[in-house]
Amino acid sequence: MNKNMIITGLIIFVLAVLSPFWFNIITTIEAAPKPELLGNAKEEKKCVLEKYDMRANHPSLLDEWRDSVVRDSDRQYKAANGHTFEMSLSTGKNSCLGCHEDKAKFCDSCHTYASVDPYCWECHTNPKEIK
Amino acid sequence: MMEKSRRSFLRVAGIAAIGLGVSPAMNFASSDSNGAAVAVKGKNEQALIAKRWGMVIDTSKLNKEINEKMIEACHKAHNVPDFNHEVDKGKYPKTRPVNHKQEIKWIWEEHFPYAFPDKEDEFLAEKFHDLPFLVTCNHCKNAPCVQACPTKATFKREDGIVIMDFHRCIGCRFCMAACPYGSRSFNFRDPRPFIAETNPDFPTRSKGVVEKCNLCAERLSKGELPHCVEASEGAIVVGDLENPESEVRVILKEQYAIRRNEALGTEPSVYYIM
Amino acid sequence: MLEIAIKGSKNYWLWIVFLLLVMGAGFAVYIDQFMNGLMITGMSRDVSWGFYIANFTFLVGVAAGGVMVVIPYYLHNYEKFHRITILGEFLAIAALIMCLLFIIVDLGQPTRMLNVLLYPTPNSMLFYDMLVLNGYLFLNIVIGWKVLEAERNQVEPPLWTKPLIYLSVPFAIGIHTVTAYLYCGLPGRGYWLTAILAPRFLASAFAAGPAFLIILCYIIKKFTKFDPGWEAMQTLAKIVCWAIIANLFFFLCEVFVVYYSNIPSHKTHLQYLLFGYHGYHALVPWMWSGLIMMFTGAFLLVVPQFRNNKTLLPFTCALIFFGAWIDKGLGMISGGFVPSPLHHVTEYTPTGPEIMITLAVYATGFLVLTILYKLATQVKEEVRG
Repeated sequence: MNKNMIITGLIIFVLAVLSPFWFNIITTIEAAPKPELLGNAKEEKKCVLEKYDMRANHPSLLDEWRDSVVRDSDRQYKAANGHTFEMSLSTGKNSCLGCHEDKAKFCDSCHTYASVDPYCWECHTNPKEIK
Repeated sequence: MMEKSRRSFLRVAGIAAIGLGVSPAMNFASSDSNGAAVAVKGKNEQALIAKRWGMVIDTSKLNKEINEKMIEACHKAHNVPDFNHEVDKGKYPKTRPVNHKQEIKWIWEEHFPYAFPDKEDEFLAEKFHDLPFLVTCNHCKNAPCVQACPTKATFKREDGIVIMDFHRCIGCRFCMAACPYGSRSFNFRDPRPFIAETNPDFPTRSKGVVEKCNLCAERLSKGELPHCVEASEGAIVVGDLENPESEVRVILKEQYAIRRNEALGTEPSVYYIM
Repeated sequence: MLEIAIKGSKNYWLWIVFLLLVMGAGFAVYIDQFMNGLMITGMSRDVSWGFYIANFTFLVGVAAGGVMVVIPYYLHNYEKFHRITILGEFLAIAALIMCLLFIIVDLGQPTRMLNVLLYPTPNSMLFYDMLVLNGYLFLNIVIGWKVLEAERNQVEPPLWTKPLIYLSVPFAIGIHTVTAYLYCGLPGRGYWLTAILAPRFLASAFAAGPAFLIILCYIIKKFTKFDPGWEAMQTLAKIVCWAIIANLFFFLCEVFVVYYSNIPSHKTHLQYLLFGYHGYHALVPWMWSGLIMMFTGAFLLVVPQFRNNKTLLPFTCALIFFGAWIDKGLGMISGGFVPSPLHHVTEYTPTGPEIMITLAVYATGFLVLTILYKLATQVKEEVRG
C-alpha cells in the first residue's frame, strides 16, 4: 500500500462524507416555512413558552409534559407568563391543537421541511382528521 | 515518535468529540436556571383523589345487556380495537387478515370457573356457574406486572392505580407473563384499522406496546367516574379503599365479597359481591 | 488475527455464503415484522412468548455449558482440556450473540430497546439478565481473544486474564440462573413456579452445551488438521452423561411433586404437555420424543461400550442436544402458558415467518462460530506446525 493510494482514499472518503453539502450546493434551498398562527392562536397571542424558546425547546417540553401527565398525573401547566394550559397535544380547547387548530400549518410544514417525523401521531389524533 | 503522536492526536480528537456531544445538553440545562418566572405543573382542581382506588362489583346486578354496555363504553372511549370490525378498505387498503387470538380487551365477560379457577367446584350452583362475570385489571396492591417491567413503563401511581406509559413500553411482554389474571393485551399490529370511531380525546396505541385498563385515570383527573361505573346502572362502585367512610368500604363492611386468586398475595383492588 | 478468517478453502466460502443467504432471507422477513408488528408470529394474547424466547432460553444454556470445559481446565488444571477450552469459550460467544438477537427480534418496539438502560429497574429480573448476559459475553470475548493471541505468539497469556477467567465461572452459572428466575418468580404460572427450575436449567445446559461441543469436535477433526483429542471428548461425554441424568432426575422430581400434590394450577401444564388437556395435545408427540431421546442418550452414555464407540458418540450427543432443545425450547415456554391463568386453552405453533427469522438468527450465530473456530483451529495448527 503506497502513499498515493492512501491519500486518494482519504480524498474520496472526505468527499463522500461531505456529500450532503455538495447536494445542497447543486440544489436550490427553500427558505424554512414559518409556522402560521391561525384561528384561536392568532387571537390569543399567548403560549406556553416564548417564541424563540418554543422553537428551540418544544420537543423537550413535550417530553416533560408527557411524563407529568402519565407518571405524576399532573395535567395543568401554569406557564412562566402566568397563563394556565392543559398539558395535552389534542384534548380540549386548552391543548396544543385546541388553540393551533391547523396541524398541517402549525406542526407539519416545519417538520416536513426539516425531515423529522415525530411519532406522536402514531397514537395521538388530530380531532380535525377524524370524520 | 510517529506512533506516539498518532495516539495523542486520537486522544485529543476523542475528548473533543465527547465535548461536542455534551455541549447541547449543558446549554439546555443551564438555560432553565436563569429565567425569572418559573412554570408550575399541577393537578386539576376538580380531580377525584384517593389513597388507593378500588372497585366493588355487585355480581347480582350483572347481566349480558349491562355487561355489553359497560364493555362498549370502555372500549369505545379508549379506542380499543375490535377485530370483528370490518376494515375500511379505502382508508387501509393493505390490511391483512386478523388472528382473533391476538385480540385486545380491557374489560370483558368471563364465566365463574374461568374468573375464579381456584374456586373450582363441581357442585357450584348453576346461577353462579352461568353468571357472566366482568373481569378487568385488578390494580393489585402488590402488582407482579409492575415488578416485572424492565423500564418502569408499567408502574403504580401514588393513588394505587396500576397504569402504563405507552411512550416507554418496549414490548417485551414480561408483564403479560407476570399477570396472573390475563388482564393485559399486546398490540401485535397497528390497531387503527379496527377502530370504528376514534375518540379524539384519548390516544390510540401503536403496534408493539402492551395495554390494559387504566381505571379511567383521564376521567378521574377531571372529576368524572370511570366509564364502566357510569354505564353499570349501579353494579360497579369505585372509591378509596383506604378511607373507612368511602362508599366501597361501607359496602365491604356489610357484604361478603371475594377477589380473584387471593392466594397469590397480589392483593387485588377489585372486589366481587356474591 | 482476523486476517485468518479471510483465507479459506472453497468449502469454507460456500458455507459462509450459505449462512449469509439464510441471514439475508431472514432479515427480509424481519423487515416485514418490523413494519407490521409481531402479528406475523403465532403468538397470542394467551401465549405471549413463543419460539424466539424459547430458543433464547435454550441458547443461554448452550452458552453456560461452555463453563464445563473452563472449570476442569482452569480450576483443576485438567490438561486434557487445554486444546478445547478455547472452543468452549468461543461457542459461548456465538450462543450469547444469538441470545441477544432473539431478545431483539422478540421486542414489540425494538427501537426503544435502550430504555432498559435509560430507566434501569432493579426489581425486574430482565435488568439482571441484561447485565449477566452482556457481562458474560464481554468476559468470553476478552478471555478467548487474549488467550488465543498468546498461544499464537507462544507466550503466557497476560496475568490479568486470570481473575477474569475465575469471574467467568460464576457468570456462567449466573446467566442461566437469572434466565430461570425470569420465569420461576411469576406468581400465576404454575409450571414455572418451582425452585428446581434454575438447577434444572443448569443441568440441561451442562448436557446440551458439551454435547454440542463434542459434535463440533468431530466436525473440526473432519475439516481441519486440528485434533481436539479423543480423551478430552471422552471426558466431555462423561460430563454430558451426568448432566443429562441430573436433568432427567430433576424433571422426575417435578413430575412427582406435581402429580402427588395434585394441585391443579401446577398439574394442568404437565398434563397438557405429556397427555393433552381438554382435547388439546399439539405438543404431546414432541414432549415424548424429547424424553425418549434424552433417556436413550443417557443410557448410551452410561454404558462404557457405547460411550467409547467413536461412531456412535456423535449420534448420542445429537440425541441429547435435540432432546434438550425440545424439552426446553418447545415445552418449557409454551407449557407455561397453556392453559392460561384463567384456564383457557390457547395452543401455539410458530408460523413460517417466525421460523425463518429464527433460522436467520441461528445462521448469524453459526457465522460467528465458524469464523471464531477458523481462527482457533488455524492458530493451533500454526503453533503445532
